[in-house]
Amino acid sequence: MIDLLLDILSWLLLVLGGVCVLIGGIGGLRLPNFYTRIHAASLTDTMGTILIFVGMMLQAGLSLAALKLFAIMLFLLLTGPTATYALANAALLSGLKPDAGIASDDPQENDPE
Amino acid sequence: MIFIFAVFLLTLLVITAIAIVRTEDLFVAVMLTSIFSLLMAANFFILDAADVALTEAAVGAGVTTVIFLCALALTGDREKPRQGSRWITFSTVGVLALLIIYATFDKPRLGDPDAPVHQHVAPWYLEKTPEYIDIPNVVTAILGSFRGYDTLGEVFVVFAACIGVLFILGVRPPRKAVALSDKSKGLRHHLIPQVVGRLLIPFIVLFGLYVQFHGEYGPGGGFQAGAIIATGIILYALLEGEANALRAVPRKVLLGMVVGGAMLYGAVGVVCMLMGGAFLDYSVLASDPVFGQQLGILIIEAGVGMAVCGALLSIFHAFAAREGLS
Repeated sequence: MIDLLLDILSWLLLVLGGVCVLIGGIGGLRLPNFYTRIHAASLTDTMGTILIFVGMMLQAGLSLAALKLFAIMLFLLLTGPTATYALANAALLSGLKPDAGIASDDPQENDPE
Repeated sequence: MIFIFAVFLLTLLVITAIAIVRTEDLFVAVMLTSIFSLLMAANFFILDAADVALTEAAVGAGVTTVIFLCALALTGDREKPRQGSRWITFSTVGVLALLIIYATFDKPRLGDPDAPVHQHVAPWYLEKTPEYIDIPNVVTAILGSFRGYDTLGEVFVVFAACIGVLFILGVRPPRKAVALSDKSKGLRHHLIPQVVGRLLIPFIVLFGLYVQFHGEYGPGGGFQAGAIIATGIILYALLEGEANALRAVPRKVLLGMVVGGAMLYGAVGVVCMLMGGAFLDYSVLASDPVFGQQLGILIIEAGVGMAVCGALLSIFHAFAAREGLS
């Protein structure tokens, strides 16, 4: 009984994690400018990672594999948001202004003429 | 299920390869090459070649990307526009592709136990490794002991490549150049990457040492460990500035590692000869031949790790020093 419940919970988490990754992917393609795109993509790094790894840890049970999965999750949770921050910071330093009024940072689409 | 995943990965590989050829922005091409290596590593892992996958991920996706980016910083990130028709290129590629497709018709099925490659010397290695060397990872046994000459050759290739790159990049530009001071500061004003990097670098180096000394039991060995440790130190150089990294691991130490690693490997072979065996026949190193083999593999793997780590870091520093000159 408890096994079945754990199995259902783990699959629920895995599917939710997959949905988060999918949303991140769609957002990365569809959103108009750079900062909104990395905002969407960072969803993959955080929510996607947590949900998928907790789901996999429930599948692994109390074992060495669960510990390894936890270590990988910790690593990804540390590095993913840092990479997103570094990307945004580099964009800001190279002169890309986060401007809510501008729909797209593609110069051709933003041409005032 | 795994078959579908493998086909998916191979399809992505083809798409990435086409994208690399088609893009004119070399920066994008370098990033795509990194993705290509990562996909390739996943493919190797599906084929149960964990040692090769680890190497591909550490060297292909990690270190070479950084070195390519250093090279781009020296040259430029746009492809040179090309004039004239390219029908010779296209026809050569087309003929080669047709030949390769034709050759695959004779290829045995994937994982076929009757394939010639599994009938040649592989059964002997699998059968004799527990008897002669007694370590679980047959790949390490083959690399280190049965085919020790080949690995010695590879280490000297790394050694020669490192010397070649240092010769080319070590040439000073004709004008008296001044080192830029602000370029070597790294990301000093970026607090978050620096804090996270400081947290991670010890673990990366520790993992490298684990891969180095666990190579007889799991996937890993000198090549992978050298690349992983080099990645950790390159990360340090990017975060804290190149000068600090050189203070931590000076250039002399790096060259000493390259030379010392290659020499250590050769010296083990010579010691084997002095103790009455053949060159690189580790059985004579200890009174128990099996322990002698294990000892020999441990020492030569350490030599390989030192040589690879030193070579990669020397090449990185050679590029970075070149960047500081204007």
